[in-house]
Amino acid sequence: MIRSELIQKIADENPHLTQRHVERIVNTVFEEIIEALAKGDRVELRGFGAFSVKSREARVGRNPRTGESVQVDDKKVPFFKTGKLLRDRLNTK
Amino acid sequence: MSEKTLTRMDLSEAVFRAVGLSRNESAQLVESVLQHMSDALAEGEMVKISSFGTFSVRAKTARVGRNPKTGDEVPISPRRVLTFRPSQLMKARVANGKKR
Repeated sequence: MIRSELIQKIADENPHLTQRHVERIVNTVFEEIIEALAKGDRVELRGFGAFSVKSREARVGRNPRTGESVQVDDKKVPFFKTGKLLRDRLNTK
Repeated sequence: MSEKTLTRMDLSEAVFRAVGLSRNESAQLVESVLQHMSDALAEGEMVKISSFGTFSVRAKTARVGRNPKTGDEVPISPRRVLTFRPSQLMKARVANGKKR
């Protein structure tokens, strides 16, 4: 399923809303999550999962092609942990 | 550095502000976004949201695990797990976020 299919499904269920509205709604949800993570905040969606930011320490990496060492700075990376309900749903058929 | 936790309520509030719907309806729409994504994933389908990231379901085979406390061997049944790969855009925004 891609973004446009998700928008279509929600538009089909809500005939009183225009396609443009649904697009804006769906985009707002994802944009808000990115915005929160960019600030270093967590987003916890019970049953679905939680988005958070993890810190990776600076390290000396290696260019796999040339073998040269390169300094890799510390950085923040997004992380997602699946919620219990969704995890269980993946394993019940 | 104030670390907050956002919930469905904050997402609903953002939708409420972005579109002229009631708070109640905004909350229902947020729920329905999560519901459709969960349904697709439960079916084993991949969910690919451009400029956000990709959720994919991976099958793991059975293996022998160990209870770290007692050292007992325990069989771990085959299962499906969800992985999320953030988009380049999300990675970039998260990486730069705190350096501002």
